[in-house]
Amino acid sequence: MKPRLQLLDTATISRILDEAFQLLQVHGAQVRAPEVVQALKSVGVQVSDGTARLPEAVIRKALETMPREFYLYDRAGNGAVHYGGDDIHFDPGSSCLNILDAGAEEPRLAVADDLVRLVQLTETLPQFAAQSTALVCDDAPQEIGDIYRLLLVLWYSAKPVVTGAFSAEALRVMIDLLAAESGGKEALPLRPRAVFDVCPSPPLNWSEFGAVNLLDLARAWVPAELISMPLAGAAAPVTLAGSVVQHAAESLSGIVIHQAAQPGAPIVWGGAPAIFDMRTGTTPMGAIETAMLNAACAEVAKSLGLPTHGYLIGSDSKALDAQAGMESGMAAIVGVLAGINMISGAGMLETLACHSLEKLVLDAESIASAQHLARGISVDATSLALEMVAESFARGGFLKLEATRQLFQAEQYLPSTVIDREPLRVPGETLVSRAHARVEELLASYQRPPLDKNAEERMLAVVEKHARDAGLVGWPGIPRGVPV
Amino acid sequence: MSADTFAAMRQSIIDGASIRSAELARQSIALGIDPIHAIEQGYVPGVNHVGEQFAQRKMFFPDLVMAGEAMKSALNVLEPELERRGEKRQMLGTVVLGTVKGDIHEIGKSLVSIMLTAAGFKVHDLGVDVPYDKFAARAIEVGADIVGMSALLTTTMQGQRKVIESLERHGLRPRVKVIVGGAPVTRQWAHEIGADGYGANAVEAVALAKSLMEQRGAGVEEGAPA
Repeated sequence: MKPRLQLLDTATISRILDEAFQLLQVHGAQVRAPEVVQALKSVGVQVSDGTARLPEAVIRKALETMPREFYLYDRAGNGAVHYGGDDIHFDPGSSCLNILDAGAEEPRLAVADDLVRLVQLTETLPQFAAQSTALVCDDAPQEIGDIYRLLLVLWYSAKPVVTGAFSAEALRVMIDLLAAESGGKEALPLRPRAVFDVCPSPPLNWSEFGAVNLLDLARAWVPAELISMPLAGAAAPVTLAGSVVQHAAESLSGIVIHQAAQPGAPIVWGGAPAIFDMRTGTTPMGAIETAMLNAACAEVAKSLGLPTHGYLIGSDSKALDAQAGMESGMAAIVGVLAGINMISGAGMLETLACHSLEKLVLDAESIASAQHLARGISVDATSLALEMVAESFARGGFLKLEATRQLFQAEQYLPSTVIDREPLRVPGETLVSRAHARVEELLASYQRPPLDKNAEERMLAVVEKHARDAGLVGWPGIPRGVPV
Repeated sequence: MSADTFAAMRQSIIDGASIRSAELARQSIALGIDPIHAIEQGYVPGVNHVGEQFAQRKMFFPDLVMAGEAMKSALNVLEPELERRGEKRQMLGTVVLGTVKGDIHEIGKSLVSIMLTAAGFKVHDLGVDVPYDKFAARAIEVGADIVGMSALLTTTMQGQRKVIESLERHGLRPRVKVIVGGAPVTRQWAHEIGADGYGANAVEAVALAKSLMEQRGAGVEEGAPA
């Protein structure tokens, strides 16, 4: 058996969905963009004064047309991330401005070279099935910040990418960039490489660009990932159950908008639900209740058979310390036991405001341990203990058994040198020093996945005009000598 | 008699009791209590108490918001009476407030708006998704002392820098002070973009606004150009 975390029973999930349907029918969702209003009207939704009231029948129809599963592909064309069922994948947290260097007391603004190192590190870590556009680069103009991040990730990685656009215009360029990398727009729907996060604003409010992004993604058949963010008590009901209802309603409204543009296009029931700290006004991403919200939201999606996403493993601590390890480790366990398809957030500190390469390698250990837990206890052997105990008596110990030699690596996860299990203390060694050494070791082992020169030129050509218009000088993060 | 009324007013704010605070305001008018005394000796001590308790982590965000709402409902009764008497309340300063373009998050900004109003600032709340130049335009129009900006997304907080650039272009800096806040915003970020201060929460924002006004040296009458 595989261990599972269940926070909601069937009757409660029914109530949650029933209240979500009622919310959408009675209060509706706020939509601004005329083309979104038009798309909603085309599927029978009434929109007045910016409020779209969604009948249950329309929502049910959208749920019928959205796919139950799909893959993201790596550069070689292998299905590397399976959205659907109980498959679990991880990617680093995304879109943060700051990075904490090993040993530094304060973070600093991240630049393109930092994102390159983070992407290279993620490429070497098997715990991460996907990359994310993790950092906003201070040396790339804001106008092309989202485009440039994706360029760097595609340049240095062959893994699938979790990304997002900051504007409707940028999304179109980013889709062109993906097409340039993968051999044309026709190839995108067949082998999507990236999923785009799209966020409603709580409660039940769709910004113009968020909703238009959903339409554009659906029409391009590029996967979308809904990131509903109810903040319990501040931007959503204070009860966890109430926030799960609001998350469901926001997600359902996004699905209706998306499927109205293109029935059958891939979309994920994702989110970054969190509690709200009533003392500080922060949104604690490392709180157990935040993890519970993510798990419960995924349970609701699974009851409908939908692909899932959650935002976990980020810590509220300002440093790579015991709190960071505790929060991220606990959340990793909750995430895997909830069977969430894509779990974003690794590497992040300071309530998602800061990345740390050293934390990323520590989180990789939490993830590997959690994944080991999720596999459960194997009972494949013909006998559980009888044969091995008898043989050990005969041979003079368990370490002499072939079974021991063959099975221990499957039975036990062997952590990297980040985790200290040495019998003796090494003077001066700390978690940060071990993690930093591991980062340097992995970065030294990184080899850039081969990328066709023509594809490189096509990618730069897509970005170049926007980059120069925005005032970008050179190509930060990309070695000199590439064609400009 | 006034002392009891003032104590009840203070308590109505602490309890976050909007109906009660308005009722007491109406009673004070009927009793002939000067509205300025009612505000300054009745309600403001309640706001200050809630702020202090919040700073000590003994009261919480819902207490702050409800205290702010109770203050607002008292002011809604007292301000028309002030006008009728031809009196003006000494305001601590004029603040233009908004969430920057591309960002439609409202909670933090509204909380700051409530608390600044409760503390005695004249607040012009521009709402959310506010174009960069609109901050400068409104600051000129109302003679603002302070411009406050919120951003809840790492992507939109870049807009805070644009607003400061816009204020500079309009010749408002350094006379108009700039304060910033929002979940991803840090003191370091505020320094980086050239803001005058950062508040981690609404109470800090009020303390910051007061301190910036003290640096400028004087309060202003409501509606008077700074």
